[in-house]
Amino acid sequence: MSHVVLDRLLERFGEEVILGSHSHRGDETAIVAPTEIANVARFLKDDGRCSFEMISDVTCVDWIDEEPRFEVVYHLYSISKKHRLRLKARVPEGDPRLPSVTAVWGGANWFEREVFDMYGVVFDDHPDPRRILLYPEFEGYPLRKDYPLNGEQPLVEMRDPDTGQLVMPGRISRDQGREV
Amino acid sequence: MNEDRLKTREEQAREVFGAIRGNERDLDGSAPGLGTDEVVLNMGPSHPATHGTVRFVLKLDGEIIKDMDPEIGYLHRGFEKQSENATWTKVFPYTDRLNYVSPICNNVGYALAVEKLAGIEDPPRSQYLRVIGAEVHRVCDHLTALAATALELGAFTAFLYCVEGRELLWDRVVELTGARMTVSWCRIGGVSRDAPDGWLEQLCRTNERVREIIDELDLLLTRNRIFIDRMQNTGVISKGDAVELGWTGPCLRACGVDYDVRKDHPYLVYEDLDFDVPVGEHGDNYDRYLVRVEEMRQSLRIVDQCIQRIPQGAILLDDWRYVLPPKGEVYETIQGAIAHFENIMYGIRVPRGEAYGYTEAANGELGFYVVSDGTGRPYKIKVRPPCFPLMQSLPHVMRGSLLADLIPTFDSINMIGGEIDR
Repeated sequence: MSHVVLDRLLERFGEEVILGSHSHRGDETAIVAPTEIANVARFLKDDGRCSFEMISDVTCVDWIDEEPRFEVVYHLYSISKKHRLRLKARVPEGDPRLPSVTAVWGGANWFEREVFDMYGVVFDDHPDPRRILLYPEFEGYPLRKDYPLNGEQPLVEMRDPDTGQLVMPGRISRDQGREV
Repeated sequence: MNEDRLKTREEQAREVFGAIRGNERDLDGSAPGLGTDEVVLNMGPSHPATHGTVRFVLKLDGEIIKDMDPEIGYLHRGFEKQSENATWTKVFPYTDRLNYVSPICNNVGYALAVEKLAGIEDPPRSQYLRVIGAEVHRVCDHLTALAATALELGAFTAFLYCVEGRELLWDRVVELTGARMTVSWCRIGGVSRDAPDGWLEQLCRTNERVREIIDELDLLLTRNRIFIDRMQNTGVISKGDAVELGWTGPCLRACGVDYDVRKDHPYLVYEDLDFDVPVGEHGDNYDRYLVRVEEMRQSLRIVDQCIQRIPQGAILLDDWRYVLPPKGEVYETIQGAIAHFENIMYGIRVPRGEAYGYTEAANGELGFYVVSDGTGRPYKIKVRPPCFPLMQSLPHVMRGSLLADLIPTFDSINMIGGEIDR
């Protein structure tokens, strides 16, 4: 059924943008050039035969030994047509950024924040680019394959929200209380 | 120093009195009024009226919510990171702890996603058992959600009825799985335990009592003036906004969209079962309540049908690549011993590839995106928790409404901390 969608996509954007496609286990998938992701998203939502009104999920896979390293994965669903589509876009480790699709689907907001939080992939033009599950002082991106399973984080000293000054200087040492 | 302090107090008092006088003038309409400041109110992360660890930073103008920022992540424990370092089978206990009110729904969702990737299907008896388990837990989840809503709006009696029903069902869950909440009951290729002798008949009797409880709940709340005042026309969202923001489950259906994974993309044996999908109209808290009440009745209907139709037979697939061989084979044959050792030590080998499995959990579409590199461990597991998009649209829903309306709206959205924070 969704072959219609993949054909539509290829017809509209051509092979420079739609880099590949497969339907492994019945999940229609299109691999998209990362710079074009927002345009493709806009088309998929507005086109009468695709009409993907809902974004189900956004996530990322860290293919650490491959280049480009990060694969951002979008799952779309059409309530009216009852079909699904998966979009994938690869971004390199050196500059992991691609356009945000929040302008197309408001629902992508927190999902993209989570991808940034966990993988450090930056979404351009995101309205609220903060961490979501972790705290702002967290160092590193925990779902990257090179982040250790038992990775420790330094304790965070309390700061006055207005002045930015330390509230109790010297009370917490960066080495978590161990002798250096 | 004391003088300074006194002076400041005097100044403060002068300011206050000045303000009051200003206010009086304002009431006369003789002078433009007292400036009002926005108040930032911090609610949570451990607040008695929010069941779940979440913090809201609210910007208030009087009692009107100007803007809000829900802050989640207090229960984050790295589900996905831990899953990448466990075998495929060892992920089941982690999925119990996602939505801990309806863990069988999570178990089933994960098992189906992995089975989709592996291209296998569990035997018919297991499919029926999974449906029974998931529907029983859907009723438990809705009862909990409604209990919390009623309690936080002051209706303690309704809470007690709901909890009685949930406990009765949890007793059956204990008999089936061995645990109330952390069930770890499903396996890839089936379920770990069959229903004990006489269990299905007992479940039938429990269902009768739960039906009575749902009717009592209906009588207590549906036409209750206070309840209606707090629920009707509060937390309203339009159909289009709900779809765009990724709403699913009872909250979406309360807006009038009849999307239910069980009907639209049937899995397990839902295709053969006869049930209705209740749909609301206004998209407010009251409609979400009504949809949940009716869904519980439909779930019990599904369970009754399954009890009548459930076939005899195996509960686990007979495929040693994915399922542990029976103990007799392990002890007496070399193939059995090797298969057991490999499945335990290296984990089952799910073929390379990716799949997105989606099921209708109690709160909406529960998606598992699983990626395998062909080894015994998942390369990536992403959970799509149904209440994540619901929570992200809370500011959109609440902007411009009263602070008091936040409580029923938050309750009807039914955020589950374990699921949203993972």
